[in-house]
Amino acid sequence: MVDLDKCELGGTHLKSSDFEKCKVLTTEWTPNLGYAWDNGVAIGRYLAELKEGKIIARICHKCRRILLPPRMFCELCFRPTDEWTYVEDTGVVNTFSIAYVNWDASRRGPKEPPLIPAVIEIDGATKSMGIMHMLGEVAPADVKIGMKVRAVWKKPEDRTGAITDILYFKPLRAASPKKRAAGKKR
Amino acid sequence: MAITEKISKTTTPTFWEGEIPVNYVYTYGLAGETFFRAIKDKGIFLGTRCDDCDVTFVPPKIYCDRCFEKLDTYIDVGTIGYVETFTVTFKNMDGSDKAKPRILAMIKIEGTDGGIIHYLEGIGIEEVSLGLPVQAIFKPKAQRKGGIEDIIGFGPLKR
Amino acid sequence: MGMRKVAIVGAGITKFVRRAQETGKELSWQASKMALDSCGLTLDDVDMVTLGTAPDAFDGVHMKGEYLADGAGAHRKPYMRNYVGGGTGVFSPIHGWFHVASGMADVCLVVAEEKMSSCHPHPQGAFLTIFDHTTEQPLKPTLIWIFALEMNRYMQTYGISKADIARVSVKNKGNALDHPSAQVAEKITIEDVLNSETLCWPVNRLDISPASDGAAAVVLASERVARRLTDKPVWIDGVGFAIETAYWATRDLSYPRYVETAARMAYDMAGIKEPSKEIHIAEPYDPFDYKELHHMEGLMLCPRGEAPRLTAEGYTARDGNMPICPSGGALGVGNPIAATGLMKVIEIFLQLRGEAGKRQVPGKPTCGLAQAWGDLMQMGTVIVLRS
Repeated sequence: MVDLDKCELGGTHLKSSDFEKCKVLTTEWTPNLGYAWDNGVAIGRYLAELKEGKIIARICHKCRRILLPPRMFCELCFRPTDEWTYVEDTGVVNTFSIAYVNWDASRRGPKEPPLIPAVIEIDGATKSMGIMHMLGEVAPADVKIGMKVRAVWKKPEDRTGAITDILYFKPLRAASPKKRAAGKKR
Repeated sequence: MAITEKISKTTTPTFWEGEIPVNYVYTYGLAGETFFRAIKDKGIFLGTRCDDCDVTFVPPKIYCDRCFEKLDTYIDVGTIGYVETFTVTFKNMDGSDKAKPRILAMIKIEGTDGGIIHYLEGIGIEEVSLGLPVQAIFKPKAQRKGGIEDIIGFGPLKR
Repeated sequence: MGMRKVAIVGAGITKFVRRAQETGKELSWQASKMALDSCGLTLDDVDMVTLGTAPDAFDGVHMKGEYLADGAGAHRKPYMRNYVGGGTGVFSPIHGWFHVASGMADVCLVVAEEKMSSCHPHPQGAFLTIFDHTTEQPLKPTLIWIFALEMNRYMQTYGISKADIARVSVKNKGNALDHPSAQVAEKITIEDVLNSETLCWPVNRLDISPASDGAAAVVLASERVARRLTDKPVWIDGVGFAIETAYWATRDLSYPRYVETAARMAYDMAGIKEPSKEIHIAEPYDPFDYKELHHMEGLMLCPRGEAPRLTAEGYTARDGNMPICPSGGALGVGNPIAATGLMKVIEIFLQLRGEAGKRQVPGKPTCGLAQAWGDLMQMGTVIVLRS
């Protein structure tokens, strides 16, 4: 018989105070993990076009999808993609979140507004071809799935050829004053 | 089937730089805690022994990896060993030259099946050989923190 | 299919804790030794070992599979590591199943381990690299974003409220009070969940499982050996696994299609035609409360969008028609990424043998499943067990 209740289970629980009071010995290490990732043909062009204030995609002639971010092979048909095409810098919000924590689990300060990450389906690409980016110039309470948005770009001289050349996406139409008044922190 | 485009100008390819920004705090484990506390507090090496398999582990383990039985008796294995193998290092991790070449050795602790990797101190490159008897040199007790750096290195046997 | 019958004959597990003193090797040994002792086997009886552990970046040990090998009993034995993120815990016994079903081993020890506490400032930081380094990481995302984005889409598609979802956290944390390994078992209410800190709306702190250290192990045996060792072998009747594209923003986030693909593979093998009737008890992966519901639907245990209603009606409670996560799940027991799925497999194993103690569900279930999910919301792994 396998009886979890009768066995003495391994795993010795340590509290954070055990570390602070040096009740347990430790050793520390900060690895030097820096990387330079080759962008490849597709992302290389994607970033170069972002620097010009444009979003570019690839087309697969077999499944006829317009792929964003662009890729040199279609992962469904498993064949090379066929041509480049520009898409719009407007789109529709597929989903979003209101974030009060940072990447390392630290909390955003009281004066820091929450971040609004979203999946945005870009107009001109195949339906549901979304990319992740941020929303801005919109109150959290006003964000809706299905909302139409447009990219806000950095000034041309500030662009470097990165996804952050788009600062964020903002609503195509501002929310009505009535909705703004009724909004509360989500 | 080949991808339809390629980059032909060697200055065109671009890359993206980034890093994985984490750091680590490691506990030594149940056996490791006992081992390093003994170094810190008493300046001795402890091991654990499996009588069935006739194996003495240094650093100690709470289990025998051959028969999987629990080992919970720690024994003082002394601080003397011999050079099982060694290398001479001339470069640092970042590729720069070391100020002085150092000898890194695998020191088998006498009477055990285990060993410790550490530097040899007070032994010249021309003096080191396989089988050379050596002894651990510890930092003064007040400076020990409970880590591998509590051992300065292994040097000639004290007479 | 020409593959041999394989059974689970023994199990072992450690406590799941936020910070364990033990090294990953020691945790692996504790779980593995307990598993071997539970069926009266020694290391000599083990033909092969398979170990599952998720990113090296958590423990901070490069080549973690090799590092953990001696703690997993793999000294001078054929050994493989498998790794599919959170899906690992169910993928590990599937991996072990291949070893025994193929005839290459009669006894295979399956181990799963994770030691997330070494990673600072928080293990969540190691997840940064799950996002595409060029097109997503510059936005400084956190893992919680992906879950929040998926949860929001799921809620909006089916009109589900946060309260409906919070009910899962209440159920599982309560169930975990009876699990000896549990890290975060407690009696809470839906209000407690809704009032807990909002991390990334719609996700609150009590909607999420914790970071954990822990290990689990099972012993797999061929039919001939299993019948000699125990009169209660639990047979692995179906295995399934499938992965979805890493271009996660192009998927329908309201439905985990890759879980359905993996489930169909496992059901076909097990001869299951109506899972909602033939599966008596299930342990889907629940790192966030909405994922239990999401996965119930992907596993075709209920129609799409219906899981919240069934939960509200008590269908998935321990004494309900189809108990879901009677162990307490990741939400209650803890989530050492690779070991969680194996904890769930062990729960089904114990339930089918009538050995789950205070967690035992009524009605003598004979067919159960465990499912795990991982990577960039991509991997579905499913195992169907029968007594």
